[in-house]
Amino acid sequence: MTNLVEVRNLRIEATTDAGRLVEIIKGVSLDIADGEIVALIGESGSGKTTVALSLMGHARPGCRITGGEINVDGKNMAALTERERARLRGTDIAYVPQSAAAAFNPSSTIMEQVIEVTRIHGLMPPEQARKRAVELFRALSLPDPEGIGARYPHQVSGGQLQRLAAAMALIGDPKLVIFDEPTTALDVTTQIDVLKAFKSVMKAGGIAGVYVSHDLAVVAQIADRIVVLKGGEVQETGTTAEILSAAQHPYTRELLAAFEPKSRQIRADEDSRPKSLLRIDNLVAGYGPVKRDGQPVIRAVDSVSLVVEKGRNLGVIGESGCGKSTLARAIAGIHPAATGEIVFDGKALERAARKRTRDQLREMQIVFQYADTALNPAKPVEDIISRPLAFYHGLDRQARSKRVDELLDMVRLPRSLRYRHPSELSGGQKQRVNFARALAADPKLIICDEITSALDTVVASAVIELLKELQRELELSYIFISHDLSVVEAICDEIMVMYNGERVEQITPDKVKAPTHPYSKLLFSSVPKLDPTWLDGLVRDPELVRQYGHR
Amino acid sequence: MTVARAASSRRSFLGHSYNLVGVVASLVILAWTLVAIFAPYIIPHPIGDIVDDDYFGPMRQGLWLGSDYLGRDMLSRVLMGARYTVGISLAAVSIACFSGVVLGMIAAVTGGWFDTCLSRFLDAMNSIPSKLFGLVVVAAVGSSIPVLILTLAVIYIPGAYRFARALAVNINTMDFMTVARVRGESTIYLIGSEILPNIIRPVLADFGLRFVFIVLLLSGLSFLGLGLQPPLADWGALVRENIGGLPFAAPAVIVPSLAIASLTISVNLLIDNLPQKIRDRDA
Repeated sequence: MTNLVEVRNLRIEATTDAGRLVEIIKGVSLDIADGEIVALIGESGSGKTTVALSLMGHARPGCRITGGEINVDGKNMAALTERERARLRGTDIAYVPQSAAAAFNPSSTIMEQVIEVTRIHGLMPPEQARKRAVELFRALSLPDPEGIGARYPHQVSGGQLQRLAAAMALIGDPKLVIFDEPTTALDVTTQIDVLKAFKSVMKAGGIAGVYVSHDLAVVAQIADRIVVLKGGEVQETGTTAEILSAAQHPYTRELLAAFEPKSRQIRADEDSRPKSLLRIDNLVAGYGPVKRDGQPVIRAVDSVSLVVEKGRNLGVIGESGCGKSTLARAIAGIHPAATGEIVFDGKALERAARKRTRDQLREMQIVFQYADTALNPAKPVEDIISRPLAFYHGLDRQARSKRVDELLDMVRLPRSLRYRHPSELSGGQKQRVNFARALAADPKLIICDEITSALDTVVASAVIELLKELQRELELSYIFISHDLSVVEAICDEIMVMYNGERVEQITPDKVKAPTHPYSKLLFSSVPKLDPTWLDGLVRDPELVRQYGHR
Repeated sequence: MTVARAASSRRSFLGHSYNLVGVVASLVILAWTLVAIFAPYIIPHPIGDIVDDDYFGPMRQGLWLGSDYLGRDMLSRVLMGARYTVGISLAAVSIACFSGVVLGMIAAVTGGWFDTCLSRFLDAMNSIPSKLFGLVVVAAVGSSIPVLILTLAVIYIPGAYRFARALAVNINTMDFMTVARVRGESTIYLIGSEILPNIIRPVLADFGLRFVFIVLLLSGLSFLGLGLQPPLADWGALVRENIGGLPFAAPAVIVPSLAIASLTISVNLLIDNLPQKIRDRDA
């Protein structure tokens, strides 16, 4: 036995609700050497998390390991009893979940939860465990390592919680740590700190790791080798440098292609004076009780002004909590602004959607980030798309049915999908249905609130291409809200950078390389690049990080 | 893709999967429903006729379930009792659940003052003990079938309201509700078309549970003499009037008790084993 982990011909089956067995992992083999970090990469549904969990001998409810060997440190996890596996979990193998916020118990302190592993396995006395935890907090460059353990999970930021989850995993001195998309939910500026902390701790301890992700750029920074999965099978394995420079498999190339700078559409019809479609002056929106001067106590959007021209796109970018979604909701009238003017298509709009006319509502549509919650799970696709047709355009049943077909064609979905329920669609398909519903209203402006954030890289870039095509055909304008610079760059004519509720800078995509505002500089330099040396070579102005980073 | 059929205790029919307990429970409920509908045509003797020389007679040919404390045919009385028990309970639970669920959804969608006032008012209603409330109403306006139905409905509206509101509040925070609101949809569309389809399964389960509660409360009221008045009798009243037969192990007191138990337990089992729609299309 030379490698720490040797998986041979792993097969995992799942049982559907009709009692049918489906093989979801079809003979996967992989090796991990001592101290090596291997990334499992692939789109959602490719089985990457299932493979990662199987290393602990765990299969999710309804799934069963049916064949193959999972040798971890000489023990076959597939053959052990549950009791024997439990003894290895936390001491030999540890797990860092995707959402640390959901993994911590909100009603006990962080320290109690971090040292719980040592208590369960009787590894060391509590005093010693606390000391060890503080050392780990320091190694993971958490602020106030002595005091942070006494806090409760809601009292620290998302990036800190993710590092605390790593401390929890590392306290039992495992030989192998499984990271399940640990930075997917974080802002780019925070992601860097977390990645750096993970990398240094793993290298210092010589711990082997499995890093599950769909973000190739993140993986390039942390992994020694990359395993590309699709449809429950290994497509390609290689060192990080090999995969990035000489990918063999078409799917890997597709993943890489999604990172290449997209060709921007060139406007031949440069109108001498573009007409403004939406103009916003000094918009203030916020939460909490209203003060005497009519301003809310917490200003989520603070005196923002912007202009969207007909047929042009405006990108709004910033980290979570900067007020970009509140801005979208204020424009759409979902969360009425406290003060400020909204002029749409030459007419002043009421601040609350309830007071706007039906036509005004129709012409401005909003598309939400999570298609899962934006589509009613109890209705088939057909009903979802045809409701705006009946509501705004008063079409009869036959006309609606014809139009639904057209709209499905427009968003490149097969017509047969109309009878399905949202739960039977993939993430990308759901987002297309979500978009088709907005198109059904015949809008002039579509506000896209992080619509690609929940999608895989390849799927997201396909959705962006679709948006561009539709814009050419239908003369739409978009307000594109995102925290992902590459997405905004690809589609927008103007980019507005928001920080702390305020507009800090507005630039055009060709000038992204040279932002003037310090926050924009920090934000733009934090976007991971495919170059594996990028993270190690990254030098950030400590003054900037201190001022704008949330550590 | 490897496809194999796993052995399973559930079987499928018309795109739904069933299990045995659910099927048996629904057959029992169906049987009692049929009895309730056709009781007047199948009873061997009129319910008021004294047909036995002895009281608390045993089971024998002609009097299959024995006779009651006056020597009347027990089989006929139980069959007719089904009519009152099932009928009154069903009417009451329908009124309670319909009003409760509609009000609950409206409160969740509207929010604000309407929600607060309605919720507090119904909470206050909920705080009155149900038997005491029934007692007061019957004492005030007398006992008749419409009064019983309305009283039982009013007692169970607050519970149905709370349940539906709690479910609807969760649905109300979903983005598709925001989308529908920004589209300019009316409250009626929001509750009927967006919320109801998403909460209908738990609401139906609640409907069944509440039906059981109402059967038991109605039987309880009748046992206290506040329910149906003689010579009509529902199952609760049958237990009460024949309670004197307990020392003789008379079937007259055991049979109506078994009838109550079989109906309520069946409804409970059916709720726990409702058929599930199969979403796996390749099967």
